[in-house]
Formats: sequence, structure tokens, C-alpha cells
Amino acid sequence: MESVLSRYKNLITLVVILFAQVLGLAIQVKRSSESESNRLIRIWAVSAVTPFEKGINWVQNGSWNLWHNYFYLRGVRAENRALRAEIEQLRLEQARLGDDAAQARRLQALLAFKEQYIQKTVAAQVIGTSGSEQSRSVFIDKGKHDRIEPNMAVITADGIVGKVLTVFPSTSQVLLLNDQSSGAGGILEKSRLQGIVKGTSSGQVELEYVMSDEQVQVGDKILTSGGDGIFPKGLPIGTVIRVSPGHELFLNIRIQPAANLAKLEEVLVVTEVVSREPSVAEGSSARAVDVLAQRLPSVPDKPAQDATTKATTPDSTKPATPGSPPPAAGTKPAVKPNSTKPDAEGAVPRIAETSAPALDSTTSATKPATPKAATVKSATPNSGLSPLEAKPAAPTKLKPAAPAVPKTTPLSQEAPQQ
Amino acid sequence: MPITYTSGEQVEVYRFSIPVTVGVPFAAVWLQSFLSLHFPFFKMFDLPLLVTIFFSMARRNPISGLLTGGAIGLFQDALTHLPLGVYGIAKTLVGYGASSLGAKLDVENAGARFLVTIIFYVGHEIVYFTVARGLVGLSLAWSWPHELLSGVANAVVGVFLYFALDRLKQRT
Repeated sequence: MESVLSRYKNLITLVVILFAQVLGLAIQVKRSSESESNRLIRIWAVSAVTPFEKGINWVQNGSWNLWHNYFYLRGVRAENRALRAEIEQLRLEQARLGDDAAQARRLQALLAFKEQYIQKTVAAQVIGTSGSEQSRSVFIDKGKHDRIEPNMAVITADGIVGKVLTVFPSTSQVLLLNDQSSGAGGILEKSRLQGIVKGTSSGQVELEYVMSDEQVQVGDKILTSGGDGIFPKGLPIGTVIRVSPGHELFLNIRIQPAANLAKLEEVLVVTEVVSREPSVAEGSSARAVDVLAQRLPSVPDKPAQDATTKATTPDSTKPATPGSPPPAAGTKPAVKPNSTKPDAEGAVPRIAETSAPALDSTTSATKPATPKAATVKSATPNSGLSPLEAKPAAPTKLKPAAPAVPKTTPLSQEAPQQ
Repeated sequence: MPITYTSGEQVEVYRFSIPVTVGVPFAAVWLQSFLSLHFPFFKMFDLPLLVTIFFSMARRNPISGLLTGGAIGLFQDALTHLPLGVYGIAKTLVGYGASSLGAKLDVENAGARFLVTIIFYVGHEIVYFTVARGLVGLSLAWSWPHELLSGVANAVVGVFLYFALDRLKQRT
């Protein structure tokens, strides 16, 4: 017996080790949650590897900053000029979009539509990967100490990246969108068809469960539907790059992710999302100066009524463009240039500043009158509102929003100038 | 002849210091994680596997080889989100196989190392594929051209890596 054992010692050891591993694997697969010992092994492994990655990342960033801030200043002036020109263009664009946003907000309010807003995000550096083709996950340098929790959405400015899978004390593991075990609710921007966005074994991303009789075009954008409870609604997922008949009754829709999942450097972890119902009232507080202006005896009745009629038509509330004709002399325009400035809420991006103050304070502070709504009110002399009632928000609320929304002049500050 | 059959007495058995035994596999796993971030194509390489093959062939002891492979594999598993043991099982078998082969054959020259690495790489992938599909339930697609190409790429890197690691060997 002894001779047999010693003769097959190597083989017996191999079988025992393999059996132990297969058994452990089977137990892990059967259990939905990780056991404490498994978690410990992962914590040790991640704690051993990530400090080096963090260190290299720190050195890399430091040397890049040194280069960028001190040595690479050539051409900054020209770049500055180009950026200023771009800002001017964007302001015009912002004015146009602000008008559209105000209209959308009123429609949402009519439908009692609840929308999720990203209130707080934490910026994180991507410091490593799993190193495996079958596990598409990355490590970020923020963890439990930074209030990161499992199942938080991870995004970039381009689109969604994935979700937080495991949280360690100072790092977290993020499961990427293109991993075959990940999933997100998706909706086609144009057709509003919904499906599930999943990764494949080869690292591609697909939209599943769209019926084969639906029309899906290459180039269609896909946004998050919000149905998964992880990603807030309306974030870009990607673009359709191929549509083909799939198995059963569904289409096979291949997606090019909006975020570059192969080259991630910095990401945002969405740590707080708020649901709120937009209301017309919040964007329609009439300006005291407009109400007063309408009640002035010097304003003739008829032109004012004309202005009222015009104000209710969409065109009259469009922002003033350089080529637009000036208002008729002696007639107070129903829509003043300032009142057509983009609504602050429309100007605030859905994604708040990184680790910025709460969006609530931002939106409430920078939420003067919605242009159209304000116009309607101000053009109704018998609205019954006293100037006091129609007074906009107190100036003290304006403080936190100032850096977030450039060029959005609070109404309470405008009033004295007029 | 690149691969020669030798008796147990003819082959040299090497050992490694503790810092090398711990540090080299650790560095391999770390580099695999770090370089894959900056160079996505690097995921086709498997540095921990190359290190497993090297240590196993140099020690020429099957038990030592399978334990080395098992430990490196589990370490690699811990960095993924998959259950622990998928890489562990595959590298345990590779460690056992490489050390058994090292005990019988002289695989010290570049040609032999190149061939052995390709064979063990493909063997590793087959075991990984089987375990991941059969036990974990992953839907993986097997592609011979991809695996063979990756095998050749790993073998090329392996040949250079083995020569670098040869300097760390200590004669028993």
C-alpha cells in the first residue's frame, strides 16, 4: 500500500488538488453570494496589486502635469482664442436648446413624468484590469472610503461604462458594459424601442430582445432606458453599427459603445441619483419688472394684445439672433431679449459637476423664469399677481450655482438694471 | 535535436530563492493587469502562464509544479469577477505537465521552449474553455486560429522571458 502511495504520490496530489478546486468552484457557482473566504482571497490579491498600480498612476499623472503645466505652453494663446470663439458658438446653441428644453419640461409636467437626475458623482482613475479576456472588468482608485457601493453606475462624458461590482477599502472593481455577464436597459433614441444591452464573449456589445419586424437603422443612437435601476435614463450607450436577423424572433443588433471601453482613463461613479417631477410652476415665476411693465398706463392696449398673441406663438420666444428685426418702436416687446435667455435649468447638464454641490441647490438657484411661461404670465395684465407675489427667488440662493452655469444672469439681478 | 530524452540523473534541477519564488509570479500577475489597461492587445498574452511553465520546468518536481500553477492561477482568478478556480485548475494541470515533461526531457534551448510553450498554451486554453463552459456556464467561442496565433505570440515572448529568468536560477 505504501509503495503504491509513494509511487503515485504525484498523481494522487494532482487529483486531490484538482478535486478541491472543482468542488470549490461548484460551490461558488451554486451560491449566489461570495463566501467570506473567497472574499478574503480577493481582498488580499487586490490589496497586493493595486498599490503598485496606484503608485505608477500617480507618477504618470505627476510627470504629465509637470510637462503640461510648465513645458507645453506653446500655442496656448492661439488655443485660447479658438476656445473663446467656440464658447460664443456654444452660447448661441445653448440659447436655442434652452427654448426646446423649456417646451419639453412643460410637456413632461403635463404627463407627470418623473425624471432621474444625476446629483452626485465621484471622479476616479482607472488603475488596472483583470488582465483576462474572459473577465472584462477594471479597477478604479476609489472604494469604500469614498462611499462607493456595489451596483453604482460608472460613466464617462461620452457614455456609460459599466457598474461597480465589488468594493474594496480603497479600490473598486467595475464590470464593463462589454462583459458577457453585464446588462443595461437600452432604448433606441428615434424609434423608442426598448431592449437589453449585453456584452458578448468576444467583447462586443449587442442590443437584445428587439423584435425582427421592427425598423432599426445603422447609425441609430441607443440611450439608457432607466429600467435596470442602475443607470439613470437618457445616458448614451452607443450607436448601432450592424443589424441582422437573429435567432428566434429577435434582431441581432451590434452596438459601438459611446465610451471607449478599451482605453479608459478617468470615469465618474454616480453616487447619487434623484427622481423628480418637473413642474411648470418652478420655471414660470413671472418677473416683477414684466408685470409692472404690462400695467404701465403708457403702454397702449392694442399693441400689448398683439404682443400677447405673439408671445403665445413659439416663434416669438425664440432667442434674438443677430439678423432678427428689432421690435417696433413704442411697443414694449412681450419677449425681451433677456427673457429669451436660456433657462438655467435647461442649461444645467444632466450630469452635475464632479463632487459638486447638490443639484437641487443648483437648479433652484439658477432656475429663473422659463422664457415662454414667463412671457405668458407677463402678457396677461389681469393675472391677479402682485409684484410681490411674482418676485423671483431671493438672491441668497444664487450663490452655489454661479460657477456651474456661466452666463445665466439671475433675474433678481436683472431687475434693477431695467 | 531541440528536445532530448534524458535520464533523471542527467537533467539538472534548479531551485529559486524565496524573493524570486514570490516576486516573479506576483510581478507577472501585476504586469498582466497593468499592461492590459494601457495596451488592450496585451490580453492575448498570459504572463502568469509563462512563469508557471518556467518554474515548473526548472524545478522538475510535479508536486512543486502543480502547487506553483495552482497558486498563480488562484491569484489570477482573484483579480477577475469569475469564481475562483477557473485559472487555478488550468494552471495546476499546466504546472504538473510542465514539471513532468521537464523531468524527462531537456528543454533548455530556445526551440524546445518555443514548442513546449505553444503546446502548453493551447492545453491551458482547452482546460480553461472546458471549465468555464462546463462548470461556470460562460458562453465562450473557441477559435483555433486565434488560439494558435496567441500560442505563437506567447511562445515568442516566453523564449525571451525564460532566458531572462534563467539568471535567477540556483543550482541544487
